[in-house]
Order: sequence, then C-alpha cells, then structure tokens
Amino acid sequence: MSRLVVTAVSPGTSVQDGGRFGAQRYGLTPSGAVDGLALAAANSLLGNAPFAAAIELGPLHSVFTARDGAVRVALTGTMRLADVDGRTVALNESVTLADGESLNLGVARGAVFGYLAIEGGVQGEPMFGSLAVNARAGLGSPYPRPLQAGDALQARAASGAMARRIDLPKPAEGPIRVVWGPQDDEFDAAVKALFLDSEWRISAASDRMGYRLEGPVIRHLRGHNIVSDGTVNGSIQVPGNGQPIVLMPDRGTSGGYPKIATVISADLGRFGQIQAGRGFRFKAVGMAEAQAEYRAMMALLRGLPARVHDATASGLDLEALRSANVAGSAVNAVDARSWLQDSTTQADTPS
Amino acid sequence: MAAPPAPPRILQSGDAAITVEFSRTIDAEANRRVLALDRHLARAPLAGVTETVPTYRSLLVHYDPVQIGFDALGEQLVALARLPAPPTTNARRWRIPVVYGGEHGIDLEDVARTLGTTPDDIVARHVAGDYRVAMIGFTPGWSYLSGLDASLHLPRRQNPRLLTPPGTISIGGIQTGVQCLAGPSGWHLLGRTAVRTYQLNRDPIFLLEPGDAVTFAAVDAKTFGEQDRAAEHGGIVAELIAS
Repeated sequence: MSRLVVTAVSPGTSVQDGGRFGAQRYGLTPSGAVDGLALAAANSLLGNAPFAAAIELGPLHSVFTARDGAVRVALTGTMRLADVDGRTVALNESVTLADGESLNLGVARGAVFGYLAIEGGVQGEPMFGSLAVNARAGLGSPYPRPLQAGDALQARAASGAMARRIDLPKPAEGPIRVVWGPQDDEFDAAVKALFLDSEWRISAASDRMGYRLEGPVIRHLRGHNIVSDGTVNGSIQVPGNGQPIVLMPDRGTSGGYPKIATVISADLGRFGQIQAGRGFRFKAVGMAEAQAEYRAMMALLRGLPARVHDATASGLDLEALRSANVAGSAVNAVDARSWLQDSTTQADTPS
Repeated sequence: MAAPPAPPRILQSGDAAITVEFSRTIDAEANRRVLALDRHLARAPLAGVTETVPTYRSLLVHYDPVQIGFDALGEQLVALARLPAPPTTNARRWRIPVVYGGEHGIDLEDVARTLGTTPDDIVARHVAGDYRVAMIGFTPGWSYLSGLDASLHLPRRQNPRLLTPPGTISIGGIQTGVQCLAGPSGWHLLGRTAVRTYQLNRDPIFLLEPGDAVTFAAVDAKTFGEQDRAAEHGGIVAELIAS
C-alpha cells in the first residue's frame, strides 16, 4: 500500500472530515473541517465523498512525501505556493506524486486553512462515524492529535487519472452574515448597533475552539453569567470582558456566556478563513435569508463533481498568474479572494 | 385544575438549530420539561431533526433547514412541549465511589473553613445528597448534577484552575459535578472518583445519561487506587443500584 509521509508539517495540521455528530448530548464536540466547501472541493477532485477525511493544513510550510508507490492528492483552500520537486502545483487541482516525490507547500496567503485530500480518502478507524481529530477527547484516526513529522497516512494506489481542476464560484464578499440570538435580549439596541457598525479583527489567540474578536467592548444588560446552554458552530458568545468569541468546530458543547448572534452556516467557512489581524464586519440577516443561503450552499456542495474537468482544459496555471502579477495586473498574490476571483474569470475565458 | 405550564420560548441558534428555552434560571421543573421534550423527540423523531442537546433549562435541537424551516419546526416543538411527559424508560440510579479530601480533594478544607464546619461534615452532607444528571456538556462526560444541599452552595473560585485532575468531584454555585477528563475548572474540588463517565473502547462509551439519578459513596484512598486500575481496563466501577 502507498503511504503519504509527513516530512515537515505546519502547526495546526490535522485530519478532519465533515465532523462527528450525535454525541453532543454527552459533551462530545463535532470537530470537522473549518472550511467545509474547501474540504468538499478537494475530495471532489479525486472522486471521494465530499466530506471524506482529508488533511486540514495549518498556515505554515509543510512537506508530504509519497512512499511505497504513487499517491494522488488535491489541494484547495487558502492560496499558497506549492510544487512537486520543482513542478508548480496549482490550487484547486489534483496531482499525482510518484513514489519518492515530495509535495512542498508554502505559507498560507490571504487565508488560513488549506485542504489536502488523498485519493480514496484518509484511511482510519472511525469513532462515532468520523476520523476527525479532537485532541482533547483523544479522538481522531489514524492519529488522535495534530499531525507530526514522521507520521504516515495509508493511501490507495494512485489511479493514474489525469490532473483535474475544479472551478469554484467566486467566493461571497462583504460582511459576515449573522442571525440574532439566542440571547440577543441580553444586549440593548445601542450595543447591537455597535456590534454591527464596528470593524472587528480576529485575535492571534484564536484556534479551532474559538476565534476571539478584537473591537469595541460589547456590554451586557444583566451581566455576563447565564445558565449554561447548548452551542453551535458560529455561536458568538460575549464573556465578561465584552470581547466576543465565535465558537468553532472544537467548541465546548455548552457555554455560560450570552450569545448575541450566530454566524450563518453559509458564511462559516469564509469566516474561518479570515486571518488574524484582518478587519471585517458583521451584517444581521433574517432567518428566511439565512436558510435560503443554507439551501444554496447545499446545492453548491451537491454540484461540485460537475465543476471538475481536466486541468489542461483551462490552460491556466500558477505561472500564468505570477506573470500577471509581474505585469502589474489586478491580481493580488496575498489576497486569496482577488486571486480566486481572477482565476475564475480567466478560466471562463478561452485562452 | 392547575394552570398549564407556560410554553417554552423558541429561540434561533443560527439557521440550523433551535433553542427551546423553558427557564432562564436553574430550575428542577424546567429541567424535567427539557428532558421530557428530549424523550418525546427520541420516541417519535421529527423529520429534519438531527440531534438534541439537553441542558439545565433548554433543549438545543439541531435540524436540517433543507428538510424543515424554523417556523414549522418551532410550532411542532411547542406542541410537543405541551404534551404530558412520556414515562422514563431508563430511570437509572448510580452509586459513584469518591475519595474525599487530601491530595484528591484539595479544596475540601477551605470549603469547610468558609462554611464554618469540618471537612467530615462537608463530606457527610455531600454523600447524603440525592442528585440527578441535569446535563452533560463542556467536555466529554462532564456531568452537571442538580440536587446539591443548599448549605453547600458557594460562589465559584475567583481564579479558575487551568488544570484539574480526571475524575474530579466538585461543587460550584448550586451544582455539583462529575468531571471525566483533566481540564480547567473554577469549581471547588472535593474529591475524585475512579469512574470514567467517558471511556473509549468500553461499552457504553458514555456511562451517564441526562435524567439519571446519582448518589455518592465515600471510599478510602486504597480502594480508589484499586478501582482506578479496574476502571483503566474498562471496569465500570460505578454501581447501578436501580433501573
């Protein structure tokens, strides 16, 4: 059996999938990928189930090496430079590593997490239906912890399929959308307006449990202790210091701080990809809009396989983008959003 | 005839979950209604509901908005909450052994001093309690129990500890708890149990269910050590005294 060996790895790199559901009533948090769309895109490039287990890549440099045979992989998520022994690997494409070849991944540019899927999915022993790493609970397979240099993931022998490319729609821009509640009545109208009208930044002290926000102090009407109740991915809780925390997939299943609002499902991945220090805003939407966006997101996920085609068809590669940059075009190499936007536009244009 | 209880509040927890809130405070009656609604949903699942999470005073209902919308599900949940509570199918009662004080319960003496009594008296009052699992949350198996003797109610510590041992038995506010994994805690540590409320490679992985009754039994350090070794190899150690 082929193996994908971890030669060097960024902190914050772990095996993740669609998450572990059904045991939140026992305090077991779902975990799972921060950016579900990027995970599903990587899997779709290889013909895997959309939420099969893959490697969620932290923001720094990593190297993966094929051993005992060829391994076919696909890279999505944040923009970063990538090559296989000097051959450029484009984002949103699949690539086959010959036995002994290494995939070198540069630092994340413009966003946080990358996804590296393996043909056939990461192999392991599911617990509650999931391989996702939840280090605190000792869960995750094949390793119940973040990946370390020297780890090896079993891989199916590469099928030899041609390189594929997936064209993703232009990512939504603008503010991160929220619905109020469940405890927005713990805040007065002026504070709710302040929450929406302010620019927020994600603190460096953020992780897969929660993203801490920096901005104006959000004051409670009746103090910051409520009786603990259940949380969801995207719950925005406000502790005593008035600096909100957005709960992420490794969150506690219950919490005792008032939750002013909740990030809508369709914006969770985009929110999770915002780098520390970058400014953003929130916008409140109604439940009808949030649920319409949810259904649109599910339709997009179902339609991913139809967006996959031979990589050669688009004639676009990272070298072309680099040239565009050198030529002073609008492509911004450190902003994944403008990069993705341009690559989509160009891919739609016959070249 | 008694007036029917007030309907719960239906709160939006994002676009894929509803918080059904029966009370804003810790309230035994509200917790009974939470667990009753949870049992209704377990016996006759509603289309689109994917998972439920009972807490002290509310039931979090996760659902799939492709299958059902917020308003329609909210109405169904209010209707279910109006029905009489279904009978409990597993009214279980556990006896959980605890080694109190010393290195196992480093706050026992301070708690006794604060409450103007002796450590033995604190232990006697804690062991005499008849508790119920109100909710499980925070980390796997962390079981919050209602029914703490009012004379043991204490504010949480000013400075939460970053690390407390696995199996810690503690009190905080009007609650007592059985903690499974090592982790942070702002509660007062009275003792430890060898019982693992969460253990992989054991059937069941989770020992306690919301609604289970719990009593504690004091054991000595030697017994704790023996039980801890048994539990390490999958032993349940807790005694099921009624079901």
